[in-house]
Amino acid sequence: MTVTALPISPHPAVDGGLQLEVTNIKPQTDSIVSITLADPSGRNLPSYVPGSHLVVQYGEEGVNAYSLTGSGNAPSEYTISVLRVEEGTGGSVAMHRLMVGDRVFVSRPRSAFAPASTATHHLLVAAGIGITPVLSHARAAADRGTTSSLIYVYRPGAGAHVEEARQLLGPALTECRNRESFQQVLTGQLTTQGVGTHLYVCGPIAFMDSVLDLARELGWASARLHSEAFGAAELDDGEPFMVNLVRSGLRLEVPAGISLLDTLEKAGKSIPNMCRKGICGECILPVLKGTPQHRDLYLTDQEKAENTTMMCCVSRSEDPELELDL
Amino acid sequence: MSTTIDNDTDITSLPDRIRRFPFPFSGDTYRYSANVQPANNPAATAVGSWGAGVIDIDEFYLDEIADRDRILRRDPSRMQVLPHMRPAVWDTVATLLPTMAEENPEIMSFHREGNSCRWQNKLQDLEIEFTVGDDDSLPMGPLRFLGTQIQDDIVLLDVRDNTMWLDAGLVSFAADWSFGFDVGMSFQEIHHPVPRVKEERIISRAEQFLLRLQPGEQFRRTNWTMTIGRRLDTSTETYPEWGPDRATIATDPDMPDKLHLRVEVQHLIRLPHTGTLLFLIRSYLLPLRDIAQVPAWRERFGKVLAELPEDMAEYKGIIRYRKAASEWLLAG
Repeated sequence: MTVTALPISPHPAVDGGLQLEVTNIKPQTDSIVSITLADPSGRNLPSYVPGSHLVVQYGEEGVNAYSLTGSGNAPSEYTISVLRVEEGTGGSVAMHRLMVGDRVFVSRPRSAFAPASTATHHLLVAAGIGITPVLSHARAAADRGTTSSLIYVYRPGAGAHVEEARQLLGPALTECRNRESFQQVLTGQLTTQGVGTHLYVCGPIAFMDSVLDLARELGWASARLHSEAFGAAELDDGEPFMVNLVRSGLRLEVPAGISLLDTLEKAGKSIPNMCRKGICGECILPVLKGTPQHRDLYLTDQEKAENTTMMCCVSRSEDPELELDL
Repeated sequence: MSTTIDNDTDITSLPDRIRRFPFPFSGDTYRYSANVQPANNPAATAVGSWGAGVIDIDEFYLDEIADRDRILRRDPSRMQVLPHMRPAVWDTVATLLPTMAEENPEIMSFHREGNSCRWQNKLQDLEIEFTVGDDDSLPMGPLRFLGTQIQDDIVLLDVRDNTMWLDAGLVSFAADWSFGFDVGMSFQEIHHPVPRVKEERIISRAEQFLLRLQPGEQFRRTNWTMTIGRRLDTSTETYPEWGPDRATIATDPDMPDKLHLRVEVQHLIRLPHTGTLLFLIRSYLLPLRDIAQVPAWRERFGKVLAELPEDMAEYKGIIRYRKAASEWLLAG
């Protein structure tokens, strides 16, 4: 057993989830490994919506979210693929140290990148490790008898799941090794799709933005565009700011690169939280004064404009100081 | 006349239909609210409890299933599945049958290997094998089949374009609405006729809540109205059969036996594989005579009916007899 696989207690983000055993490890590339998890007693695992992610705990403190690569239909195992990021928070490095037989705490699968039921065709676009959730989409589409096609951009020698994608999609897979050929293929596909096609893109944020921008330029309605923020680059560090906790009589500095949630926890405040990625909505805080810099995907545009609440895991401050009802 | 309940012995002598009845009022007044709570939690009442599980099977099981069969044969429009909802229907079957087996292991069992399933229901002497995803593997298709296994009405709301769409369902026991009319409508459109809720932002808050449920999460709420006769189908389609009774019940000497409090226990379940929102509506009917057997219920329901604002009484269709009902209940 490795040290990383022995958390004493589940992190709040995986509380109420599952304790699973690593049953297989398969290197995909030099820096990407696939990890298969199963119930130690052999029971079936909960089904999941295609494109879902799993929050996995590493060590005592850390949690990371990884996309599930299966179809999600009554699975007996969950498979995730992890890209090792040396300069990251340490989660991916810890995940790469896992061995068969290790136990890990995971959340129940969470859906934030679901296929549209009314789509007549799914156009999937992935860059690098962004292949993982769209592979799930392609499998589910095959299960349900809907067609899908995939444009997959990866650097030579750095493509994960290439063989699976080839087998699954056959001629519906287009592999691109560079930006120029990708632009050409993408433009071609975006201009020839029927109105029932939905587009799903996953990869670095800049990549996703460029794909979505091009689609909009070519007349695609927003309702037909879907993107997955996971597996993408981290949010930038942001500027430092002060928080004034009115009820506690505390004033804290939130340094650049440290989240408000982390700062509050370090000061002994217990804040309910789950995803720590601005998606789940658990860590919502009431704001009394100041304008939050909303960076979450949870609050509606209207709620963000009201500036009376904020998600403290990712959001920061536009003003030098925020006053919180805490 | 009514029995006085003042100790446990009296409570245990009450019939199941009263002890298991989901009496919905927590105060002497009633207003609409987003009254959702986690499912699978027993809720205590003055004389019993309800809601320990999701699918409740009671003494009316076979009667209500037979009633539904008659209704569907007469009016097939009570069941509709838009083509894109087929996976959601199977997700419903694959979610509810194992739940029922878990909740009632002595009478039901479910086994699944890949997509091959075996379902046993001893209440119906039924043992059947089917394949998830293959509509022809179940008699009359998966949704119609599920409608022969549970007493609940079934509504499926597809989640897309940041709202929900009523795109499939089997509703034989609608309380003063028409499933066929609402198919294809959005969540906001469905609730448009309900008074007050727009001003109070209840519908938009409920919508946001439902949209943010994660797959596998299960919640519930109650709703209520009143029904004349032990009759579950008070749909718009059959209005000529039940509507006229509303005008005569107030002066009917049999009112305490004919007039029922109708409570819906609604389960809100985000299905695990499709993410579709499953809305189950289980309807319970209890005549005023039975309600009066529980003094706390008699008094509370009497007060709620007396206080209920006119627009709400009108919408619930009880405005012409709620005073008579209230007076009978409060007279003891």
